[in-house]
Amino acid sequence: MDRLLNVTTAVSGLLLLIVLFSVRRAHIRVEYSVSWLLAALVMLVLSRARPLLDAVRKLMGLPDSPLALFLLAGAVALIMFFRFSIVLSHLRDDNVALAQRVAMLEYRLRSIGEHES
Amino acid sequence: MIRPQAPDRLLVIVPALNEEGAIGQVVREVKEFVPNAQVLVIDDSSTDSTVKVARAAGADVLPMPHHLGVGGCVQAGYKLAYELGFDYVIRVDGDGQHQASDIPRIMDRLKSTGAEMVIGSRFVSDNGSRTGAVRSLGIGFFRMVLRPILGKAVYDPTSGFVGVNRRALDVFSRSFPLEYPEIEALVVLQRRRFRFEEVPCRFRPRTSGRSSITALKSMYYIVHVLLGVFINVLRWDRRFHRGNGG
Repeated sequence: MDRLLNVTTAVSGLLLLIVLFSVRRAHIRVEYSVSWLLAALVMLVLSRARPLLDAVRKLMGLPDSPLALFLLAGAVALIMFFRFSIVLSHLRDDNVALAQRVAMLEYRLRSIGEHES
Repeated sequence: MIRPQAPDRLLVIVPALNEEGAIGQVVREVKEFVPNAQVLVIDDSSTDSTVKVARAAGADVLPMPHHLGVGGCVQAGYKLAYELGFDYVIRVDGDGQHQASDIPRIMDRLKSTGAEMVIGSRFVSDNGSRTGAVRSLGIGFFRMVLRPILGKAVYDPTSGFVGVNRRALDVFSRSFPLEYPEIEALVVLQRRRFRFEEVPCRFRPRTSGRSSITALKSMYYIVHVLLGVFINVLRWDRRFHRGNGG
């Protein structure tokens, strides 16, 4: 079990570093990095603080601590995917509205150009 | 540029994607049967010569900067028509299935009834129109689902041959389903207590290209449209149903 928790610590640390580097290089915007950083931090803390993880396990009524950790991670991942679906939906709506507006403006410009020539 | 012309201030919009084989004939037919109407082909980023052929046939073309799907294209046409002051818009598909000779009857019904939407329907009376078995089953299913929601029967809810007046244009230019819009659009109108009518029309088999709804997409289509319909029902604005909505 300790090995499993050590792997979790390593993966969480790696995720934390990757997200921080991605933000620094502007590959990911700060507002979208917060949820990843929080998730990585929570995993990191829980995998290192055994009494805290045991308290979470008891709260969830589960037989062992790693299961509690991975269930928690799964739940956080689901919430994050849902959040990204909302962001994507907004982006799609905005993109369609912009494309329509660009098409209409180009159409009007073309008509003005044809009229002038 | 297209301008509303008296007496009807009618715009015929033709959404098209890779329809170079049919679009020229569609435009010429519309101009022949409805000489006072303006024709606008909305090109959904075709990779063939659709734009060139449509312009050569005498249509104005509104090219989309990238692929938006039929709902995005039709809504762009509605938005432009609304902003330019058209009173009526009739949508004709670019694949040649809809007969331009039916447009005057749709227009007459729009004007005589004051209904916000008139659907060119294959099944409102037995006019010999036939469609595939799977599609017929789907249409039957959606008829059944829509009957209690709309408060009246709709015989051809998937028809894309649709005319709308300016009140519907106002609504659709702000809110229009992006994918598979035909059925959801009916519910969008019903939310505002708008009326629709159906006019019997005969559809031709498509002359070129292929349907965007393949057998594999049918299941997705049903789930998507059902979800869209029920979400629209959930959004029902109560004030319109107290009879004091605008």
